[in-house]
Amino acid sequence: MDLHLRHAAPTDDERAAVDALLGPPRSAWDGGERGDIRDAHTAAGGREAREQRHLLLPALRALQARVGWLSETGLDYVCARLNVPPADAWGVATFYALLSTSPRAPRVLHVCDDIACRCKGAAELIETLERTVGPAHSHAPHGDQVAIDPEGAVWMRSPCLGLCDHAPAAFVQEAGVEPREFLVGDAAAVILGEGEGSRSLRRSFDSLRSLRMTSNGAQLGMTSNGAQLGVTVDIPQRGDPALILLKRVGVVDPTAISAYRTTGGFDALRKAIEIGADAVIREVTDSKLLGRGGAAFPTGRKWDAVAKQPARTKYLICNADESEPGTFKDRVLLDGDPFAIVEAMTIAGFATGCERGFLYIRGEYPLGAERMQHAIDESREHGFLGADILGRGVRFDIEIRRGAGAYICGEETAIFNSIEGYRGEPRNKPPFPAQAGLFGLPTVVNNVETLANIPFIVLEGGAAFARIGTEQSAGPRLFCLSGHVTRPGVYEVPFGKTLRELIELAGGVANGRTLQTVLLGGAAGVFVGPDELDMPLTFEGVRAAKATLGSGVILLFDDTVNMSQILLRIASFFRDESCGQCVPCRVGTVRQEEALYRIASGKPLGGVAQEIALLDEVGLAMKDASICGLGQTAYSAIESAIHRVRVLGMT
Amino acid sequence: MFLWGSNARDAHPIWFHHLLKGIQNGARLHVVDPRRTSSAEWADVWLGLNVGSDIALSNAMAREIIHAGLHDETFIARGTTGFEAFRDSVEPYTLELAAAATGIPADVIRDSAHQYAKADRAMICWTLGITEHHNAVDNVVSLINLALLTGHVGRYGCGCNPLRGQNNVQGGGDMGALPNKLPGFQDVDNPEHRTKFERVWKRDILPEIGLNLTEMMYAMEHKELTALYVIGENPAQSDADATHVAHLLDQLDHLVVQEIFLTKTAQLAHVVFPATATWAEGEGTVTNSERRVQRVRKAVEPPGEARDELWIMSELAKRMGRGWGHPSAEDVWDELRSLSPDHAGMSYARLDALGGLQWPCRDETDPGTLFLHARLWDEDPAKRGRLAPFSVVQHEGPVEQPSDEYPLTLTTGRRLESYNTGVQTGGYLSPLHRGESLDLSPEDAARLGIEQGDMVQVTSRRGTVQAPAHIDRGLRAGVVFMTLHFPDAIATNLLTINATDPRSGTAEFKACAVRVEPIRVAHSVGARRAEPFAAAGDD
Amino acid sequence: MTAASQPLVQLQRPTHATDQSRRMSTRTISCTIDGTPISVREGTTIFDACRQMGTEIPTLCFLDTLHPVNVCRVCVVELEGARVLVPSCSRAVEEGMVVHTNSPRVQHSRKLVLEMLASSVDLSTTPNVAEWIAEYDAKPERFGPPAPPAPAGTRDASIAGHHAPPNPDFAATVAEPTKIDNDLYVRDYAKCILCYKCVEACGPDHQNTFAIAVAGRGFDAHISTEFAVPLPESACVYCGNCIAVCPTGALMAKTEFDKRAAGNWDESRMTATDTICPYCGVGCTLRLHVDEGEIVKATSPLENAITQGNLCIKGRFGWRFVQNTAAPAGSDVGNGRH
Repeated sequence: MDLHLRHAAPTDDERAAVDALLGPPRSAWDGGERGDIRDAHTAAGGREAREQRHLLLPALRALQARVGWLSETGLDYVCARLNVPPADAWGVATFYALLSTSPRAPRVLHVCDDIACRCKGAAELIETLERTVGPAHSHAPHGDQVAIDPEGAVWMRSPCLGLCDHAPAAFVQEAGVEPREFLVGDAAAVILGEGEGSRSLRRSFDSLRSLRMTSNGAQLGMTSNGAQLGVTVDIPQRGDPALILLKRVGVVDPTAISAYRTTGGFDALRKAIEIGADAVIREVTDSKLLGRGGAAFPTGRKWDAVAKQPARTKYLICNADESEPGTFKDRVLLDGDPFAIVEAMTIAGFATGCERGFLYIRGEYPLGAERMQHAIDESREHGFLGADILGRGVRFDIEIRRGAGAYICGEETAIFNSIEGYRGEPRNKPPFPAQAGLFGLPTVVNNVETLANIPFIVLEGGAAFARIGTEQSAGPRLFCLSGHVTRPGVYEVPFGKTLRELIELAGGVANGRTLQTVLLGGAAGVFVGPDELDMPLTFEGVRAAKATLGSGVILLFDDTVNMSQILLRIASFFRDESCGQCVPCRVGTVRQEEALYRIASGKPLGGVAQEIALLDEVGLAMKDASICGLGQTAYSAIESAIHRVRVLGMT
Repeated sequence: MFLWGSNARDAHPIWFHHLLKGIQNGARLHVVDPRRTSSAEWADVWLGLNVGSDIALSNAMAREIIHAGLHDETFIARGTTGFEAFRDSVEPYTLELAAAATGIPADVIRDSAHQYAKADRAMICWTLGITEHHNAVDNVVSLINLALLTGHVGRYGCGCNPLRGQNNVQGGGDMGALPNKLPGFQDVDNPEHRTKFERVWKRDILPEIGLNLTEMMYAMEHKELTALYVIGENPAQSDADATHVAHLLDQLDHLVVQEIFLTKTAQLAHVVFPATATWAEGEGTVTNSERRVQRVRKAVEPPGEARDELWIMSELAKRMGRGWGHPSAEDVWDELRSLSPDHAGMSYARLDALGGLQWPCRDETDPGTLFLHARLWDEDPAKRGRLAPFSVVQHEGPVEQPSDEYPLTLTTGRRLESYNTGVQTGGYLSPLHRGESLDLSPEDAARLGIEQGDMVQVTSRRGTVQAPAHIDRGLRAGVVFMTLHFPDAIATNLLTINATDPRSGTAEFKACAVRVEPIRVAHSVGARRAEPFAAAGDD
Repeated sequence: MTAASQPLVQLQRPTHATDQSRRMSTRTISCTIDGTPISVREGTTIFDACRQMGTEIPTLCFLDTLHPVNVCRVCVVELEGARVLVPSCSRAVEEGMVVHTNSPRVQHSRKLVLEMLASSVDLSTTPNVAEWIAEYDAKPERFGPPAPPAPAGTRDASIAGHHAPPNPDFAATVAEPTKIDNDLYVRDYAKCILCYKCVEACGPDHQNTFAIAVAGRGFDAHISTEFAVPLPESACVYCGNCIAVCPTGALMAKTEFDKRAAGNWDESRMTATDTICPYCGVGCTLRLHVDEGEIVKATSPLENAITQGNLCIKGRFGWRFVQNTAAPAGSDVGNGRH
């Protein structure tokens, strides 16, 4: 490609960061030093060079981690290395919230401002930060001379960080030679405990770095380049013998392959290879397993469709971009039982004929990424991944791709674009992923929890799995309880429990207060009233009740909550997370937020009823005409809050 | 696709779109060019040969193809002559010899040869990088040899294509503006052809073949040619060794120039006919690189006293005592159709309706011809016509080799936003216009202590010019580059060598030896795009 | 390191070229559109099927010479059995489909999409849209008065995932000052509906220069060069192929922009004449738009096989010499045509 590069030398740090990921440049023509006589007379470019593009997001992440932002020289070097036009790279870089395209202090505290954390003091924490530290970081326009304090720190608001069981949550990025990223639970205590003012924010970082966060008495994991591998992840049901998906979480060392193997690990993989790919798909089909990411598509049918594709190369993606507000079940699986994900992915790859698998994990889950990388490396070393798995000639390997702050990348086709190095914009369907997915080839995309069911299905048989739960909702299910609940956390139950039973399992409404409403399924889900607690949490049960299980969110709001603020926050979330591609979603999410804002600030256009009518019209167009599920469900929760739970009092 | 001596990305941008579409659909691109041009940056393989070493490369590729058994024996037997002599002639061109001559690593030459030969369909396209050499015709036939050798001829998606630099250079040939041709590529020295024209023109046609441009210059120098009628050409600036050419024009007994601007050549004229920019101010046809004849139409009135070209010629004829009347462009075209079988089917009505037709187009039901030479594949020998001859050619290298005194090779070319001597493209402002520069490699710049924008003096055996330096990473040490877009400011052709190909008459614009010296005066000519260099403003 | 060293099998992402190279099957597919049965060749889109039966579906982001991105959602139609509406521009007809191009659901979405666009974007130079707004009874003003233009550079500096709270007195717009940074064309992004056409034309569908891309996210998404640098610092080669596909006049040749600003742009009095570009040997058809005896714009017909509506800088802007009655300033004459 005839790129328009500036050829301004990258800083040593920038070069080192990119080269550490990509290796040294191959020639003077892709960012290397001039002088080689061969380079003077030949260059290999073309398709092979252009096909490096899928490394763009990893390269941008590497720059960000080392330098704290993406400078012109850094971006130029990445573009030279990967043969990506700078404007395109810019389009990608500005798509992700965790990447900064303007100078920014190397330490960033992302404070969750989302609905679950708001039940636990997030708004107060942010208000305190604004008052004592100053306003949240904002973009410095291009060309402005911004002196970066190498020791500096800034804070920013964040959408749900997936740590709702330890709310309020925060996420820390520290750029440098040894970059660090970690989630912080119970952030108000940690951050504000040190005193006030911007200096305290800086001190907070110092204390955060050496901190082992505790919340609800549980130890939370944090990364430090492997130094703290072995920290366990806790769950309320830890050690319960009835658990299937969570049986190892908090009990078995997630960093030790030996511990995994002594607890039945890789038995399913062995059996899968024994019975063969067709039989595995048959068992999965018989199990009646439905996808747990939200769409509830039959997993067996999906696998079968990909397996039947004639293409020689197919891809598998494990979707761990868990970002639905109130959802944190996948984080618990990734942190707590990473080898099981490796095993399940390998079985899926074997069954569907995929030799390459990608684990796409959201950028805010550094511990999960680290645990998974460790599990992948260990598994490969022990012959459970690679070119000859278990000596049976099965070939499969897994590569981790990390997100960088974009809810939309969890959409099953946006994830392809993100991995391919493009903006994480959803694609139109058809073609469906089973026909043309990642890199245009047939692709299986499964959610983490969906895959976590696979080892059991293979070992015990599809029929045994189908016997768990109800007729139409087979197997166990994870629910994420948060908000005003006594014991927030991930709970595993067989399908069939009612909403009331789940809430009781988590100790009921916190502090004995009165329940106002429950959000089922996340920001894209549905609010239900306290009179609907006997709803069975099965696919058929929620369908009958015109609700949804979504990603398993059960978020409780007690009677102290100002729901118009919560609805406004949900609207704000969708406005932020809309990729901007299609008009109904891009503009509709703005118009929706504006109407709710006018209602909340007491300035409705022509009265609340008229605003609600407007919301309904906008909502219907978003639902009917948007490209993907984000726009199609962006009004869902708000609509239910208004019309079902009547939180605004009207209608 | 082999793009050989062509920077089509800049010189033929819309054609390059089609190439890019091919690349998206799986085609591989090899670019042969001393510079790593914007075209070369798209290539799967860039073959950065030494200036003027094309034949060493093509002969070595041929040898490699033969030795690897990748030549198309069926086609060679069916459609060609002279294979054995050719095979013997390339035998000395080992990969090692070619690597030494071209600088391209032997493995790259071998792989490229194999890929060209093995491709289902492969095409070689070239531009002035092949033809602006003293051995231009040898260069061309050496590429044709490769196509014949592999059977990449006479089939869809194959062939050898010169990408025409001007919108009607092909049309000029079609219309017989060649010393040896009548319209429709009919031969001046063929009595049968002459007779046909003489009947319609009611004039005798001299059977002698005329002079090409180089021969005209020679004739002027020797006072054998004393009067010249120049239509839409600016030899005073466009030809190599410009000082000498201006001198020859100046000493003519009579010089008539028909032009849209008062060019350097027109300034030397005894009589100037102000003409129209026919493409926008008149009617007619042009023929593009793919032999597609298309209509040009009048959109605006010519300014002032400018006259239609056809009117000027008709008036001239009238005043010379030949009454042609004032035929319209279509009248002239219809006469051509009556005389040129290849154009017979191209009525104005059809050209308008179909948006152009590719010759040969022999009658009004003929859809035109997508590609030529399919006849060579015909199983019936009688239908193959004249077979395609292999040509024996040898590598020579440029006439002027670098020396201690002139250590650098200057090669010339075009830029995207400008065109030839800049008359037309000087008329609009663009951020891409940055004026003339001496482009050199970072290595030579460092060695000579030259920085971006520094003024330098460029000297060849024939002249010297001053230009700002532009450091171009696409150049390697030893090669410098200029254009001829801004002759009024910087007359690059004062430097170039008037070593011409004896058959085509083209001068070796692509290679001469120069010396570059920094001029130690600060000069601010800005970076390539940051500060547009307004070489020519508009009114 | 990760598997970065292992090459991945990748298919070319779909572009106009790959769309074109896909051979149309000869199989015939039957469907019903607005109650009328129709048979089309397999692979035909609903949009094209409608066109074949004389039903024009409104669209803003679709163009025959570009790979459909189906983002404007103006062309959505109702497909029986489908949960949501489908974009007719990219959805291929399938056997037995029953399509409604103007059902109440379709009308509702179209109306709302038009309202959303008209309330946030300046559509004053978008052809057809005023008629559509009338046809669908769209009332963009019901979202509140449009917000005033953002200061220059504000939208370029947006951060993904972060935005200022709404202003209860205004409906948000994309208004911002026109970007004028060269003599050839201007970018008035207050008129940008983000149809992606310019990005596709500059990028993989034709020009492959990739000088511009969609940057930012959501409502803050916008067309940008890298680091929002002015065009002369960007990769732009001034082919103007973006202008050629822009459906709203956000991208406009400077000549047209200036004449419009002076109130002197009247297409009804202009002529358009097709001729051939005077430069290289490719033979691009130039359509010269002439106003009162002066060329004011050059385009190329989209349906032209050589150009598909594209030109290079010389073709699109290099015609001025024809009407330079004075010699170009700064040179001691015009030189000759070579």
